[in-house]
Amino acid sequence: MSALHYGRALNGIVTREVLRFLHQRERFLAALVRPLVWLLVFAAGFRAALGVSIIPPYETYITYETYIIPGLVGMIQLFNGMQSSLSMVYDREMGSMRTLLVSPLPRWFLLTSKLLAGTAVSILQVYAFLLIALAFGIDLPPVGFLTVLPALVLSGLMLGAVGMLLSSTIRQLENFAGVMNFVIFPTFFLSSALYPLWKMQESSVLLFQICSVNPFTHAVELIRFALYAEVNWESLGWTALALAVFLGAAVYGYNPARGFMPRKAQAE
Amino acid sequence: MTESALEIDGLSYGYGRGFAIEDISFRIGQGEFTALLGPNGAGKTTLFSLITRLFEAPRGKISVCGINLRERPTKALAHMGVVFQQPTLDLDLTVRQNLHYFASLHGIGRRDAADRIDEALERLDMGERDKEKVRQLNGGHRRRVELARALLHRPDLLVLDEPTVGLDVPARRGIVEHVHDLCRTQGMAVLWATHLIDEVYPDDRVVVIHKGHILADGSVAEVNQNNSSANLTQTFHRLINQVAA
Repeated sequence: MSALHYGRALNGIVTREVLRFLHQRERFLAALVRPLVWLLVFAAGFRAALGVSIIPPYETYITYETYIIPGLVGMIQLFNGMQSSLSMVYDREMGSMRTLLVSPLPRWFLLTSKLLAGTAVSILQVYAFLLIALAFGIDLPPVGFLTVLPALVLSGLMLGAVGMLLSSTIRQLENFAGVMNFVIFPTFFLSSALYPLWKMQESSVLLFQICSVNPFTHAVELIRFALYAEVNWESLGWTALALAVFLGAAVYGYNPARGFMPRKAQAE
Repeated sequence: MTESALEIDGLSYGYGRGFAIEDISFRIGQGEFTALLGPNGAGKTTLFSLITRLFEAPRGKISVCGINLRERPTKALAHMGVVFQQPTLDLDLTVRQNLHYFASLHGIGRRDAADRIDEALERLDMGERDKEKVRQLNGGHRRRVELARALLHRPDLLVLDEPTVGLDVPARRGIVEHVHDLCRTQGMAVLWATHLIDEVYPDDRVVVIHKGHILADGSVAEVNQNNSSANLTQTFHRLINQVAA
C-alpha cells in the first residue's frame, strides 16, 4: 500500500462526505439554525443578566453575544460529531460502512479518515455560521478567521472521536437517541461555552471542577483564543490528549459485527 | 493443483452460545463459479462476513489467492470484489460519484478510474446513466452499479451475497447471466451465495450449506449423482430434509 493509495483514499472519503453534506440542504440549514437561535434569541435575552468581565483573550469589555461565539462554534462541532457517529451507526446497520471496511486499507486509517471527513464538514458549517454572525454585527478580528482553522481541526477531530467512540459501543440505532441526551447536553452545559468558569465557581465549586476537566471546555477555550490569534497552551494540550484517548479507544473498540449480532441472536 | 482463488479451512463462528457456522472447509479454483446454496439462516451471510473480514474468525483459516486473510488482510482484500446483500450505494450521489469514491478506496487515480468506470458501465448497459443520482435508479440498475463497483479494481475473486434479492425476474436473470459471463470470459473466480436454485447453472460448482454445516460440495452433476437425484432441486430438498429429520 503506497502513500499515494492512502492519499487517494483519504481524498475520496472526504470528498464523499462533503458531497453528501452539500446534497442534504436540510442538514446544512439545521446545523446553522441551532447556533443562530442561541446567538440571536438566547444571547439577546441573557446579555443583561450575565455580565462578562474582562478575561483573556479579550482586552476590553465584550458583549455576551461575542462571548458565546466560541461556545456556539463548539456546539456546531459537537452536534456534527454526534451526527457523524449517528450516520456511522446507520451506515453500519444499512451496509454502506461495510463498503468502506472491506477496502484494502487498515481499519484505523479508514476510521480516522472518516473522522477527518466529518471534521471537514463541521468546518464548513462553522465558517458559514461565523459569516452570518459577522453580518449580524458580532465583532471578530479578520485574522481570527484564519488562525482559528487549526483549532477547529483539532476540536472537530476530538469531538468526532467522542462520537465515534459512542457509535462503537452502541449496538443498535435505536439506542443512540438516549445516549445523545446523556452526552450532548451535559457536555455543553458543563463547559465554558455559555458562561465563564469563574461564574460557575461562584455558584458551585464541584460544578466548576467538572467543567474544568470537561474536554469540551478546553475545545471551546482553544477556539476562543485562536479566534484572537492566540494559543491557549493548556487547552491545546488537553484537547490533543482527549483526541488521542478517544480516537484510540474508538478504533480499538470498533466492531462491525455489533448491531448484526443482536439481530442474528433474535433470528435464531 | 493450481493456486486457489479462495481457500477456507476449518472455519467456525458463533453469536453468543453455539455456532452459526462450524468447521467449514472448501476451496474455489481460479475462474470457477461456485454457488453457495442454502436456505435462509443457513450461515451464508456469516460466512460471507468472515470472508470479507467484517468479522474476525476465532477458529479456522481463510486464504485469498494464497494470501492469509488474518495475517495480511489489506493484501488479501485487494484481490477481492464484494457485492453485499443490502444496498450500499450512496443514494444522494450520482452513479459516477459513487464509483469514483470506491475507486479512490482502491488507490485508483482519477483518470484511470474514469476510464474504468466508462468501461464497467458500458459493459452493464449503464453508460448513459452515469450522471443520474442513484436514488433515481430502479433496483435492477442499482444492482448493476454495485456490480460495476465491485469490478473496478479488476479482482481475481468476486464474492456476492444474495445479489438478486428484491429484483424482478428479468433483472435477476440479467445479473446472473452477466456474472457467469465474467467468469467464462475473464477467468474470474466467483462465490455466489443464494437460496434460489434456478440461479445455479448446470456447469457450476455448488456448495450446499445448512445450519452452519456443508452438506454437499462438487459439480452439480456430482452432487446430484451422490444423492441419487434427478436434478438440483431434488438434491437440495433431500439434503435439507435429512438435516431436519
